[in-house]
Amino acid sequence: MLIGFALFLGFWYLAVDVWKLPRFAQLPGPDAVIKEWFNRNPAYGISIFTPEYYVDIWVSVRRVAIGFALATALGIPLGLFLGWSKTFREFVFPVFELLRPIPILAWVPLAIVMFRGLETPVIFLTFLASFYATALNTMLGVESIDETYFRAAQCLGARRAQIFFHVVVPGAMPFIFTGLQISMGVAWFSLVAAEMVSGKYGLGYLIMNSYTDVQYPTIVIGMITLGLVGYATSALVRAVGNSLMEWHVRELALGEAA
Amino acid sequence: MRAMRLRVAILRGVVALIAFVVLWELGSESKALTGVALPWISAIPAPSDVIVVWAALVHDPGYWQSCYLSVLRVSVGFLAAMVVGIPFGLALAVNRTAYGVLFPTFEVLRPIPPLAWVPLSIIFWPTQELSITFVTFLGAFFTMVINVVGGAKSIDIRYFHAARSMGSSSFDIFRRIILPGVLPSIAVGAAVGMGITWNVVVAAEMISGGASQATGAGGGLGFFIWNSYVGGSYPQIVVGMISIGIAGYLSSELLRRLGDRITPWLRRR
Amino acid sequence: MSGGAIRIDDVVKVYDPDGSAILAVDHCSLDIPAGEICMIVGPSGCGKTTLLNAIAGFHSITSGAIYLDGEVLCGPGKPQAAPGPDRVVVFQNGALFPWKTILENVAFGPIMQGRLSRKDAHDKARQMMADAGLSGTEENYPGELSSGVRRRVEIVRALMNDPKVLLLDEPYRALDSLTKSVMHEALLEIYYRNPVTIFFITHDLEEALFLGQRVAIMTTRPCRPKKILDVDIPHPRNYSVLTAPRFRELMEETIEAVHEEAIKAFAAGEKEGG
Repeated sequence: MLIGFALFLGFWYLAVDVWKLPRFAQLPGPDAVIKEWFNRNPAYGISIFTPEYYVDIWVSVRRVAIGFALATALGIPLGLFLGWSKTFREFVFPVFELLRPIPILAWVPLAIVMFRGLETPVIFLTFLASFYATALNTMLGVESIDETYFRAAQCLGARRAQIFFHVVVPGAMPFIFTGLQISMGVAWFSLVAAEMVSGKYGLGYLIMNSYTDVQYPTIVIGMITLGLVGYATSALVRAVGNSLMEWHVRELALGEAA
Repeated sequence: MRAMRLRVAILRGVVALIAFVVLWELGSESKALTGVALPWISAIPAPSDVIVVWAALVHDPGYWQSCYLSVLRVSVGFLAAMVVGIPFGLALAVNRTAYGVLFPTFEVLRPIPPLAWVPLSIIFWPTQELSITFVTFLGAFFTMVINVVGGAKSIDIRYFHAARSMGSSSFDIFRRIILPGVLPSIAVGAAVGMGITWNVVVAAEMISGGASQATGAGGGLGFFIWNSYVGGSYPQIVVGMISIGIAGYLSSELLRRLGDRITPWLRRR
Repeated sequence: MSGGAIRIDDVVKVYDPDGSAILAVDHCSLDIPAGEICMIVGPSGCGKTTLLNAIAGFHSITSGAIYLDGEVLCGPGKPQAAPGPDRVVVFQNGALFPWKTILENVAFGPIMQGRLSRKDAHDKARQMMADAGLSGTEENYPGELSSGVRRRVEIVRALMNDPKVLLLDEPYRALDSLTKSVMHEALLEIYYRNPVTIFFITHDLEEALFLGQRVAIMTTRPCRPKKILDVDIPHPRNYSVLTAPRFRELMEETIEAVHEEAIKAFAAGEKEGG
């Protein structure tokens, strides 16, 4: 594993700083990036010692958090109903599917027109992307529940509402959490794009700005930070899922042991 | 009995769609109708305006040129991602050394959103077109590889045992077990990757837009939408959005049918 | 908890009447007295599960009627029975809710029906589980336990509801024969304490003769009783019964009938499988 990293970093360093290969020479090299990132007095203003760095991180995280939370709060119930009630699905799903193929970023200008200000459109786009993924995966989760569980609940005397809470919701959970991880990834994707096009502060904005201001090492700092934060938030979702679904974790563990 | 059920379903869907368009129209015109403007919805161009503008655009070659450019970029980027991604994923899946060395680095780079690569891409590649294509490629590439690796890993180990016990060579196993086994995952990866590709193309077109109309690069539906916004023709924005939606839907449908073709055993009896 | 007599009266079930019109059950009649263990034997796919599903209320019937203690479950004007805790099903592949602990699973029925408070239901569950030798598994999740234990838990879960009828759809099919023999004795033990009517579907003749008071051998699709015999080996039984001469006699009487149907089913499968 370390060999892989070493090879990658090595190639990067060699290509940019030592051999100065044709196109590669213009890229920032690893030593420039590291020097800048850990610099108390960074030449271009962003390093782990500057407050702006953390402001940018916080702004992006905050946007993703709000968008993701809204998407989860709206998407899971919608997905549950879509999976649970045929009538509901026949009415609502066509409209849902009509809007879904429109790429999230195609909404940017409309979002700016609809929501004044710079903050709300960005959050809206993050929300939208996350919402589709969550609702769809939740619906699939409900549909994936074995029919037998419904039948068992019925002959044990459960009424429809009880079946919803005791079978549908827990049964769809594994799918829902896989969906939430995808949803988180999609949220970051949309956020960065939205920030690059029209944002103030935030990691996407930082990357775009560093480019236009010809501060190339900072671009890479921004990218790496994005990767790290994105990974951390996905891991957080995964951890929450695991703690809520102990039964699933134990089942999977036994499956591997067997 | 079944036919009637289907008809009911279709009817309900159509009713809902009509209701949606009607509500949209009412919402957009809320100021004119009731004197009170609904908070965000009244800013959306009304469907009636959108249709009028669209009817005019259909005669405009510039519109079709934009469509063509976007579709072209999506196709090139997507195909490149498949051509490079599938073999790369397969290599990772079959060769343990390759996996051990390359996969961790791959996994570290994967969370970086494709669009974050845009500036580096522009710096690196000589032409703007190539830089857009590269970013498009990246988006689908990561998805495809992850799906191929996951698909290969999930092939039931007993198929391998069965093949070996019947005397298959490694190459045979690759050709007859691994390859067909990952085809469903490739199909899924393609579908997801296509969605990502459209997103990236549209975004890239918006960001690095029509700056070089002279060289023929730039343009595309993403730029079309952005330009419409900047120029204040809001109904055109919606036309652009719907156009992309249709194009995206058609490309997904195409992929889905191709996917069904190459995995006939997954089709229902 | 008395009652539980089932009367299947000239039932016909046709699947997909406007399409492929598959006749699953053909004028089947069967009388099961209350508290009897009635084994339904036949090759796979012959329609026995359809009968069970009709009694349980998961499928409708095309004609005929089914009565429970004289009352109509389904019949003319009411093609599908309503599922309910008086006829609990134990499913082939097990249907313990994987996301609930064993205790929550077992206590599920009475709590849902509002017949017992949570505390009372849990107490009763613990008691019944202790009787069945399942103490200690209450806080586990089903995924952690062996299939044999899970199956026993499911039966206790069903019995928690004081059902009149226990419907078992090849519950031990997936178990190895060693576990099966333990399951059989466990089931009988539970039965001796709670004499419900048992409607047990199986393709295993030995299992049928060991457990049943009456065995109904069904024809291949469409399904109807081909041969019904009384198993006059006295209860309580244990596994030594298997080597008793009377047991072997009964096997001889029935095995030919079963084998005949098995061959027919095999041939039919080859034709339509393709």
